Amino acid sequence: MTTGFDMTTRYLGLELAHPVVPSSSPLTGDIDHLHELVEAGAPAVVLPSLFEEQVIHEALSVHRSLDQASGATPEAPEGYFPELDTYNTGAGGYLDLLTAAKQELSIPVIASLNGDSFGGWTLYARILQDRGADALELNIYHIAADADMTGSAVEAMYLKLVESVRDAIEIPFAVKVGPYFSSLGSFAHKLSSAGADGLVLFNRFYQPDLDLDSLHVKRDLDLSRPSDARLALRWIGMLAGRIDCELGATTGIHSGSDVVKMLLVGADVTMMAAALLLNGPGHLRSVVEEATSWFAERDYVSVTQARGSMSHEHVSDPSGFERANYMKALTNYAPDWA
Amino acid sequence: MRGTIDGNEATARVAYALSESIAIYPITPASPMGEVADAWAADGQPNLWGRVPTVVEMQSEAGAAGTLHGVVAAGALGTTFTASQGLLLMLPNMYKIAGELTPTVIHVAARTVATHALSIFGDHSDVMAARQTGFALLASGSVQEAHDLAAIAHAATFPARVPFLHFFDGFRTSHEVATIDLIDDEGLRELTDHDAVIAHRIRALDPDQPTVRGTAQNPDVFFQAREACNSYYAATPGIVQSAMDRFADLTGRSYHLFDYYGHPEAERVLVIMGSGAGPVIETVERRAQAGDKVGAVVVRLYRPFDQAAFLDALPESTQRIAVLDRTKEPGAPGEPLYQDVITTLAGRNGSRPTVVGGRYGLSSKEFTPSMVADIFENLGSEVPKNPFTVGIIDDVTHLSLPGGDGGSSEPDDVFRAVFFGLGSDGTVGANKSTVKIIGDASDLHAQGYFVYDSKKSGSVTVSHLRFSPRPIRSTYLVEQAQFVGCHQFDLLEKLDVLEVAAPGATLLINSPHAADDIWDELPPWVKSRINELGLEVWTIDASRIAAALGLGGRINIVLQSCFFALTDLIEAGHATAGMVSQIRKSYGKRGDIVVDRNIQAMELALAALERVESRETPAGNGAPLRDLEEAPDFVRRVTAMMMAGKGDLLPVSALPVDGAFPTATTQWEKRSLATEIPMWDPSICIDCARCALVCPHAAIRLKVYDPAFTESMPDTFAHKEASGKDHAGQLLTVQVAPDDCTGCGICVEICPAISKERRSHKAIDMVPKDPILEAERTNFDFFLDLPDLTPAEVNLSSVRDVQLLPPLFEFSGACSGCGETPYVKLVSQMFGDHAVVANATGCSSIYGGNLPTTPWAVNKDGRGPAWSNSLFEDNAEFGLGLRLGLDGLQDSAATFVDWLRPHLGDLADRLLTADQSTAEGIAAQRERIEELRVALESIDVPAARSLSEIADHLAGRSVWIIGGDGWAYDIGFGGVDHVLASGRNVNLLVLDTEVYSNTGGQASKATPRAAVAKFATGGKRTPKKDLGQIAMSYGNVYVAQIAMGANLTQTVKAFAEAEAYPGTSLIMAYSPCIAHGIDMRGQLDHQKAAVETGYWPLYRYDPAREAHGDPGLKLDSRPPSRPFVEFARSEGRFAMLERNRPKEAEELFAQAQRDINDRWHVYEQMVELHRTAEYAEVEG
Repeated sequence: MTTGFDMTTRYLGLELAHPVVPSSSPLTGDIDHLHELVEAGAPAVVLPSLFEEQVIHEALSVHRSLDQASGATPEAPEGYFPELDTYNTGAGGYLDLLTAAKQELSIPVIASLNGDSFGGWTLYARILQDRGADALELNIYHIAADADMTGSAVEAMYLKLVESVRDAIEIPFAVKVGPYFSSLGSFAHKLSSAGADGLVLFNRFYQPDLDLDSLHVKRDLDLSRPSDARLALRWIGMLAGRIDCELGATTGIHSGSDVVKMLLVGADVTMMAAALLLNGPGHLRSVVEEATSWFAERDYVSVTQARGSMSHEHVSDPSGFERANYMKALTNYAPDWA
Repeated sequence: MRGTIDGNEATARVAYALSESIAIYPITPASPMGEVADAWAADGQPNLWGRVPTVVEMQSEAGAAGTLHGVVAAGALGTTFTASQGLLLMLPNMYKIAGELTPTVIHVAARTVATHALSIFGDHSDVMAARQTGFALLASGSVQEAHDLAAIAHAATFPARVPFLHFFDGFRTSHEVATIDLIDDEGLRELTDHDAVIAHRIRALDPDQPTVRGTAQNPDVFFQAREACNSYYAATPGIVQSAMDRFADLTGRSYHLFDYYGHPEAERVLVIMGSGAGPVIETVERRAQAGDKVGAVVVRLYRPFDQAAFLDALPESTQRIAVLDRTKEPGAPGEPLYQDVITTLAGRNGSRPTVVGGRYGLSSKEFTPSMVADIFENLGSEVPKNPFTVGIIDDVTHLSLPGGDGGSSEPDDVFRAVFFGLGSDGTVGANKSTVKIIGDASDLHAQGYFVYDSKKSGSVTVSHLRFSPRPIRSTYLVEQAQFVGCHQFDLLEKLDVLEVAAPGATLLINSPHAADDIWDELPPWVKSRINELGLEVWTIDASRIAAALGLGGRINIVLQSCFFALTDLIEAGHATAGMVSQIRKSYGKRGDIVVDRNIQAMELALAALERVESRETPAGNGAPLRDLEEAPDFVRRVTAMMMAGKGDLLPVSALPVDGAFPTATTQWEKRSLATEIPMWDPSICIDCARCALVCPHAAIRLKVYDPAFTESMPDTFAHKEASGKDHAGQLLTVQVAPDDCTGCGICVEICPAISKERRSHKAIDMVPKDPILEAERTNFDFFLDLPDLTPAEVNLSSVRDVQLLPPLFEFSGACSGCGETPYVKLVSQMFGDHAVVANATGCSSIYGGNLPTTPWAVNKDGRGPAWSNSLFEDNAEFGLGLRLGLDGLQDSAATFVDWLRPHLGDLADRLLTADQSTAEGIAAQRERIEELRVALESIDVPAARSLSEIADHLAGRSVWIIGGDGWAYDIGFGGVDHVLASGRNVNLLVLDTEVYSNTGGQASKATPRAAVAKFATGGKRTPKKDLGQIAMSYGNVYVAQIAMGANLTQTVKAFAEAEAYPGTSLIMAYSPCIAHGIDMRGQLDHQKAAVETGYWPLYRYDPAREAHGDPGLKLDSRPPSRPFVEFARSEGRFAMLERNRPKEAEELFAQAQRDINDRWHVYEQMVELHRTAEYAEVEG
C-alpha cells in the first residue's frame, strides 16, 4: 500500500520502518516465529526476557538434582545419573536465540533482561551487548511485598540499577516499568537522568487469581485487552515532550487505532504482544496498514509530525488527562441496565 | 604422568584402550568399570587403534560372558567387568573361552559370594570359584597395581592364548582413590604383541576360511584333546614374566610372578595376594630393617601357579610359612592358596618348612599391621595354630589368633584425616576432591577410602584420607588421625567420632552453634576426650552458608575449604587454585552459576571458620549404648553392638550359624533422622488413611479402639470419633512414630483434609520435631499398646480398613520418600501374617534385609512375613520352590489328618475341607489347628507326633515373590516367565523403578525410551518392554498394573484380587525413585502424571472374569489426557536429555509419545477381546 505517509520512527537509536514493534512474548522466543514476524513487516523485535532468577534457579536445581543421593550408598557412590558433557544451564539457550536472531534477521533485535541482583543485571546486560543485541529493554518489576520497604527505597533501588547498567554497557536501553509509583512523572525524570534512553509504559504484571475448584492461587497468562491501553495513554500523554527520553507504549495495543492514539499522545513506538498471540504474526501487517491509512486519510505526512500532537502539553484541554477525566466519566456513565 | 583415580577407573582405562567390544552388566563393586567405559564410548573416545569400542549392556553376566565369547570367537578384542555372583554366572562361558584357547581379559573387583548372607564387600571367594576354568588369574593389591597388571594381563593373553582373569579387591582397591603413575597409549602400544593380536584375528570364525568349534566329542578323543592345551599353560608364566619385564623397562615399575619383601634370610614368611599384601609388606619391611628375620611372598600370577617361580622367590632360610587366604572353603583341608603352597613345597627336595594356613579379611573385614604381627607371633610359637583365622574372635572353634596390640606401623610423616558425614552432604565427594587436589598439586601421594553404613536414607559416611611422601601401602582404615572432621553435629551424639583422634589432632565441627556457645552443646564424653587428647577445635556453620547459596545440604565445598585452611599439606594458594580447578572440573558442565556459587562457598568458608576454646569439664564416659531394656535378648546382645558400630567385636558364638536372624528389629534402632515430622490435627481429619497408606517407612499409623482407653491416655494423645458405621462409637488416632519418620513429607502431600480457616493447614502438617519429640514418643508407645485389628476383622478392599492393620514391614532404611516400600508395606499389612516372601537381590533386599536391623516385623501373635533373599537371577524360581515346599508340607499334614481320621472325628473333615480363600477362612483354620493340637495330645500314635510338628501348615500360606525391574525384566526374566507359565499359586510383585536402582541407576529393559540412565547416556533408544502383555498372553495369569499415587483404591483392590486368585499373579507397581531425578516429596504427583499421560496406564487382567464370559482386561485409567512431554519435563531423567541434546530429545519424546499412543490403542482393543479357551483353569 502506498499512501505517501512516512511511518518511520526512531527508537533507542534505531531507525525503524514503522512504530509497531512485536514486544517480548513467547512469539519472539522462537526463531521460526521471529522469521514470520519479519515477513509480516516487523521493524524490530523485542526478545522475551532473560530472567536471571529463573536461570539461577534452573542451574541450581539441575545441580542439586544431579547430586541427590550421590555418595549416599556404597553401591552408588557417584549418584544415579551418568555425567553428561553439558546441561545447558545458565543463559545459553537465550543467548543462542539472540545469536540466531542477529544472524538470520534483517531487522534490529532488542534483548530483554530481568535481573535478580545488581551483579546479575550488569553481568547479563554486558553479555547481551557482547552477543550483538542492538538495544536492551530492562524489564524491571519489584512487588513490594515487604511492608517495611518504603516507596523511596524502591525508587532508589531502581535508579541504582539503571545507573549500574548505564555504566556497564554502551548500547541504548529502555526501562520497562509498572505504573505503581507515587509520582511517576518525577520518577520518569530520574530514570532518564540515571541513563535510560527510553521508557516503556507499562509493564504488565501477571496478577494472581484463585482457582475455586482446587482452591489454589492461579498464575496463568491473562492477555491484555484494548481498554488496558488507557493507563499508558494517559502517562505517555503526560510525559511526552517533558522528559529527555523516548517513550514506548505497551499493553492493550491491539489495532491500528490503538497505535494511532499512542503516537498522537507522544509515543515513539508501540509494542504488541497479546494481539499477535491471539491473531498470529500476520496481524502486524493489518495493524500497520490501518494506522497508516488513518494518518494518510487525514493528510498527515509523517509519524514525526503527528507524534505528541495530542499530548498533555499540546491538547487544548489537558484536564482530560488528569483526575477530572475519572470524575467526568463517572458522571456521564449510563449503564446498560438502567 | 600422574593421576588420582580409583581402582576401577585405573583398570577400565587400560581395558577400554585395549578392547574393541565390551559387554557389561552392573554389579557392585565392578559397575563403575562398565559405567566409565560406556561414558567414554558415548563421548566418542577411541581405543588404542583409533576406534570407539562398542559397549553393550546385557541382561545378565551370563549374557555378557556369552557375548564376550562371541566377540573373541569372531577375532575381535573383547573384555568385560564383573564380581561375585556375576563371575559365577560367567563360569560356563569361561570354561568355553579357555577351552578354545581364546585370548581375552575379564576384570574382576573381587567380592564375597553370597552364602549365609549377601555381602557387597570384598574377598576372594568369587575368583577362587573361577580358578578351575582354565583362565589365568592375575592379582593386584593396589590401585597402581590394578592399572599396571591390567595392562600386563592384556599384553600376555594374546601370545599366551590363555584368557586372563585380572582381579583386585572389591572396595578396598576398586573404590580407593589413590595417586598413581599412568601408562600412556604409547606405553600400551609398545607392550602389546601386535603379531599375536593378528594371529588371534586369523584364528577367528571366518566363512572365507571356515572352521567348526564347539564340537561334541566322545570318549575316544575328548581326554586327549583336553590335554592338548597343556603346553600353552606351561608357557603362560614365562609369557607373563616377559610382559612384566617389558613393562618394567617401559615404566620402571617391576613385577614378578611372586614378589618377595623383607629380610633376605627370613625364617618366618607370609604368603598372600591382593590388597592384604599392603600391611604385610609394611610390617615385614619395618621389622626386617630392625633385623627381624621375617618376609613375605606376594602372589601376582595365581593361575597357572608356577611352582618353580614360587620356590625361587622363597628364601632358602625359610622355616615357617603362614599362607593367608581371603576366602573360605568349608570342609577342605585348607584354603586354595594354602593347598597350592603345600603342594609346591611337597615337590621340593630338601628341608620342608612348617606351613600353616589362615583366613583373613572376608567381606572386607579389616586386615591391619597389628593382625600381621599376630600372625608372626603365631608362627613363632612352639606349635603354631593351624588352621587359624585373624581379625575376629572365634569362641566356638577357637581358630582365631589372640589379638595383641601390634601398634601402628604408619610412619610419622604420613598425614591422616578422618571425616564423618552423611551420604547426602557431599562429604565423600569433597574428600575425593581433596585427594585429587593434593595428589595432583604436590609431590605427596594421596589415598582416600570411604566407608558407608547400610542405609539408603540418612546414611553415615566415614572418609579415611592419607597423604605421604612415599607410595601408600596402608590398605586399612586410619586408626590415629591428625585431623578429624565431624560434618554433622548430630553425629557427635551417635558415633564415637573421637575414637580415631590422635593426641593434639585438629577437630573441625560443622555446627549451628557459634564458637562461644558450642562447648555447652557438646556431649560430655566429647568434651572430656577433647581435653584429654588436647584437641584443637574449630567450628563453622557450613549448612547455613550452603543453604544461603542455594546449594541445599551440600556442605562439601565449605568444609573442604576449611580443611585446607587448617592444614598445611599444600600452600594456601595452591589449595585455592586446586579447589577452583576441581570445582570447574566437577561442576563446569553444570554451568557458570553452579561454579560461581561453589567458589563463593569456598571463599565464605574462610571468614566463617572459628576457633573454639575448650574449657574444663568433668570426665565423661564414652557414648552410651542405646537403652534396649525391653528388647529381646538377641537384640540386646548382638543387634545393639552392630547398631553402635561395634559389630567387629562380636564373637562367632553371637551369630546364627545359618544366617537366620530374628525379624522385627528396626523398631529398636530409632535413628531419629527427621528434623520435621508430621503432626495430626484430628479436628479436620476425614479418616481417609491415605497418609498411612503412602508412608514409605510405616511411620504414620491408624488405629480404631474402644473409648474406654481415654482413661489411660497420655495428655497429648490426639484422637477423634471414628467415622463410618463399621466403627461407630469407636475412637480413631493417627499417630506418628517420631524417631522412625524420615521427614519425607509425602503424607502431607496426599492429605486431602484442608482447614477452612487456613488453606496452608492440613490434617497432617510437618512441624519441627524437637519440641514435640518427648510427647510423641510417649504417645507412640501408648498407641502401640492399643489393640490391633486382624485381617479377618477388616474389609481388605478398603483403603482405610487396610490401614487399620499393623504394618509388618516397618522403619526400613530405604531412601526417604521411597516409591517401592509403600507397596511392600501393604503386602505385609494385608497378608503378612501368613506370607512367605522371596525377595530378589536389589533395593528391596537391601532395605529389607541389610543388617544390623530388619524391617520385616511380627504382629501381636508373633506372626509375620518369613523372608528370604536367594539371588538376583533366581527369585521367581526360588519363590516357586517355596510354594512347592509349603504345598508339600500342607499335603503331608493333610495326609496325617486323613490317617488320624478315626481319632479326630469331624475335625478331620473340617480341617481338610476348610475354605481358606479369605482372611476369615485362615483365621478359622488356625482355630481348628489349635483344636487339633489339643486333640493330638491324647492320641498316642507316631502319626500324631509327626502331625503335631507340621500342623501349622494346614493353615494357608501365601507366597509373595518380590523384586525390581532389573530382576523381572532382565536377569530373572527367564524364571519369571517360567513361573508365570506354571499356573502355581504365587504372587509376583515387580517394584518397577524402570532402572537398576540399587547399583546406581543403570538402564534395564524397563527403562522407557528417551530416559537418560547409566548405560543409556544419550537417552534410551528402545521402548520399555511390556511385561504385562507378555504375562497376559498366557491367559491364566492375573495381571495388574498399579500406581499408588494415581489410584489408591485400584492398588488395594489389585493386591486383594491377586491374593485371592488361585493361580499365578503378577503386579507391576510404578515406583518412583531418586534415579528419576525428582523431588521425592512430590513422587505421588509424578505417579499421577504418569497415569494421566498414559505413560503408565492402570489395568487389571483377571482370568476369573474370562471364565464368566467377560473380557479379562479392565482399564482402570482414562485415555491419555496430557502430552508425554509435560511429564518428561518434570523428571530429571528425561529433562536432562532435553538440556543435553535438545534435537534428539525432541525426536525421542515424539517416539515415546507414539509408544504411549500405540500401547493405549492396543489395550483398548484388548479390552474388547474375548477368549474362547478356558484359560482360567489353573493348577492347584
